[in-house]
Amino acid sequence: MSAGPASAHTTRAVAGRAPDVFERGGWTPMRQNADREAVDFAIVGTGAGGATLAAKLAEAGFTVVAFDAGPYWRPLEDFASDETEQGKLFWTDERLTGGDDPVELGANNSGRGVGGSTVHFSMVSLRFRPEWFKARSRLGYGTDWPLGYDQIAPYYDEVERALCVSGPIRYPWGPRRRRYPYREHPLNAPGELLARGARAMGIKWSSTPLATVSAPRGKSPPCVYRGFCIHGCSTNAKQSALIVWIPRALKAGAEVRDLAMVGRIEVDAAGLAAGVHYHRDGEWRFQRARNVVVAGYAIETPRLLLNSACPAFPQGLANRSGLVGTHLMVHGGNAAWGTFEEEVRWNKGPPNMAVSEHWNYEDRGKDFHGGYAFMCQGPLPREWARTVAGTRGLWGEGLHAEMEKYNHMAGLGPVCESDAQARNRVELADEVDSYGLRIPRVTYAFSDNDRRIQRHAVAYLSETLRAAGGRDIWSSDDTSHLMGSCRMGDDPATSVVDADGRSWDIRNLWICDGSLFCTSGGVNPSLTIQALACRVGDRIAAMARRGEL
Amino acid sequence: MPERYPGYDVLGKWNSPSFDAVTREVLARRLGAVPKRRFFTRGEWELLEALGAHLIPQSKRADPIPITPWIDAMLADGGGEGFHRVGEPRDAEVWRTGLAAIDGEARRRHQARFIDLGPPMREALLRDLRAGAAGDGWSGVGPRRFLIDFLLKAMAAIYYSHPAAWSEIGFGGPASPRGYVRLQLGRRDPWEAGEAK
Ligand SMILES: Cc1cc2nc3c(=O)[nH]c(=O)nc-3n(C[C@H](O)[C@H](O)[C@H](O)COP(=O)(O)OP(=O)(O)OC[C@H]3O[C@@H](n4cnc5c(N)ncnc54)[C@H](O)[C@@H]3O)c2cc1C
Ligand code: SF4
Repeated sequence: MSAGPASAHTTRAVAGRAPDVFERGGWTPMRQNADREAVDFAIVGTGAGGATLAAKLAEAGFTVVAFDAGPYWRPLEDFASDETEQGKLFWTDERLTGGDDPVELGANNSGRGVGGSTVHFSMVSLRFRPEWFKARSRLGYGTDWPLGYDQIAPYYDEVERALCVSGPIRYPWGPRRRRYPYREHPLNAPGELLARGARAMGIKWSSTPLATVSAPRGKSPPCVYRGFCIHGCSTNAKQSALIVWIPRALKAGAEVRDLAMVGRIEVDAAGLAAGVHYHRDGEWRFQRARNVVVAGYAIETPRLLLNSACPAFPQGLANRSGLVGTHLMVHGGNAAWGTFEEEVRWNKGPPNMAVSEHWNYEDRGKDFHGGYAFMCQGPLPREWARTVAGTRGLWGEGLHAEMEKYNHMAGLGPVCESDAQARNRVELADEVDSYGLRIPRVTYAFSDNDRRIQRHAVAYLSETLRAAGGRDIWSSDDTSHLMGSCRMGDDPATSVVDADGRSWDIRNLWICDGSLFCTSGGVNPSLTIQALACRVGDRIAAMARRGEL
Repeated sequence: MPERYPGYDVLGKWNSPSFDAVTREVLARRLGAVPKRRFFTRGEWELLEALGAHLIPQSKRADPIPITPWIDAMLADGGGEGFHRVGEPRDAEVWRTGLAAIDGEARRRHQARFIDLGPPMREALLRDLRAGAAGDGWSGVGPRRFLIDFLLKAMAAIYYSHPAAWSEIGFGGPASPRGYVRLQLGRRDPWEAGEAK
């Protein structure tokens, strides 16, 4: 590990206080811990998994320090209404991507900062279809998770309440459920078009359950439909981990360390995790801990475990099975686009205000296993220009003409399930980053089934757009989300951690983020990540009470 | 082509509730401080200008949106998207080699530099690159990938990050603290662009 990079930002969570995310220049008190005193839990990463678990564990009375490599933003003063400026939210440290279908990384799927990728996520908050947790035994593909829907359902409830998810009174898919805490948002024009298309195709649709409030909540004002959601919400309407779980964690006594990159997990002579080496304010430091939780998302989590290899664990930590980094999954996002006579103005409102999960719940008439949800879209000009230029290869007046149709465009984008394959994986490259840490190399290739799903989605979404009145339909390839890479399971030979996120090999080393997934499902992952984190938190508290930690 | 959104200027909202202080500061920087050449050679810079003029023509604009300076700045600052394909060189090398290869292609075909070619020859050459048809000199990334994924996407992204381009396509622009009220099909708020009928 080397001296590390000079940071463009300065640490904010220091001297007994952390930024108050609800006030310009505001502060909130924060308990601090000494490096040399072992805390109960050192958590690496403060996104959907890490921040949620930090709150749960602190509220259960544990001492917690949560590290994040990125900055601690105050959205009201730090987030501009500008796509380019907000590039600062993304994880853009060097990574390599390869395989037959190299995954686009960076802004496409990972954030860097307190709150993690939820700071720039688009707030879609969907539950898994219950059968997906038992995909092998109930649907005949993939693997079974080591837990079932009944075990996770109460935690879906808990997260939906914690985020005050705004959604319809009756969501048309899935088991009976209580109504969403906040009323649904009004549909924007792209949502109306999805509804129109779905009606014409004879399938159900719904307004999307979203983690942005439709009415005031504490210091969060209702969403003002500015549409910059994936570039950070400057009003705090969005219920990100940064403004929901982190304040809860601090209030319960957790400490957050921003701009603190964890480079290695230390293992002691007994073969247990002893703490983390982290880089902050220009130097490497060591925090002692009785438990270490890795929650850096599906690339950085396996990378840290592999980079922590030591004589006792030469293949990396938690990796006796050799599975760390394997079975990585993304979602196919092969969208269809079309031009409409009416003014759509798709930049208004959150990008995905209407959804259909028809093909997640309909098993007949498919030439593939798995499914996909699809949603309306609302890209802003910079992103849209990249899609048009990159996909159509248009330039000159052709590009101008296509871009001038901006206010008349609409699109439907799927979240296509992908198979968990051993060959799709995260490994270490020889090259090192500015911290002196070996960088990750991601290898990806879709399976034949993945391609069949994507082909189905493109054809079906194109037809739906046409049925809604769209013309000049075309499609683009994309991926979103990262899942798997440290899968949970019942068997140490075929999984990295158990159903509680506890590693088989090192019993005080835990994983709590998107890398736990065994199958990807056809919905966005963050609600499930947060539900898993809430469950892990409760399980740890229960184990502690029984003296099983 | 007549203007689609006559008289509309995103910057007209500068002092309205659609613009907050941090956005004003960010845009003031983008509009005011166009970076000077640090990364490219003068020759590479001129070639990029010529490519820009062809790929994103701005002859109708009295004050063209600067593109080359921002590509130069991105490379000089080592910025990029934060990931690379296995087997491909780093951005700096991709750009240098790619630009040299485009000029090499012009010389091979016409014994002239790209900037000395007229629009039809430029167009024909670029179309061939888009189709992947080119001679040697394309180490690292191929002609189509350099032209589309590096050159064209970067230029389009920079162009459509400028308020003048937002006005041209009728995009609302910055929207904080005030967002939008009328979200339905065919509806618009008074602070949005009106389309010529
Ligand atoms: C543009 C976009 C839109 C999205 N929209 C949706 C959506 O609508 N709905 C949905 O469900 N999902 C969405 N997602 C996906 C969702 O945001 C992620 O799946 C989720 O946040 C992942 O949670 P996580 O805890 O695994 O990781 P993250 O939330 O990414 O958190 C990981 C954190 O760990 C930190 N970290 C990593 N390594 C280290 C280290 N070594 N030391 C210190 N810190 C470290 C990172 O800085 C980061 O802050 C979207 C993603 C993107 C990119
Ligand atoms: S549309 Fe709503 S959630 Fe999205 S950025 Fe605006 S206020 Fe935040």
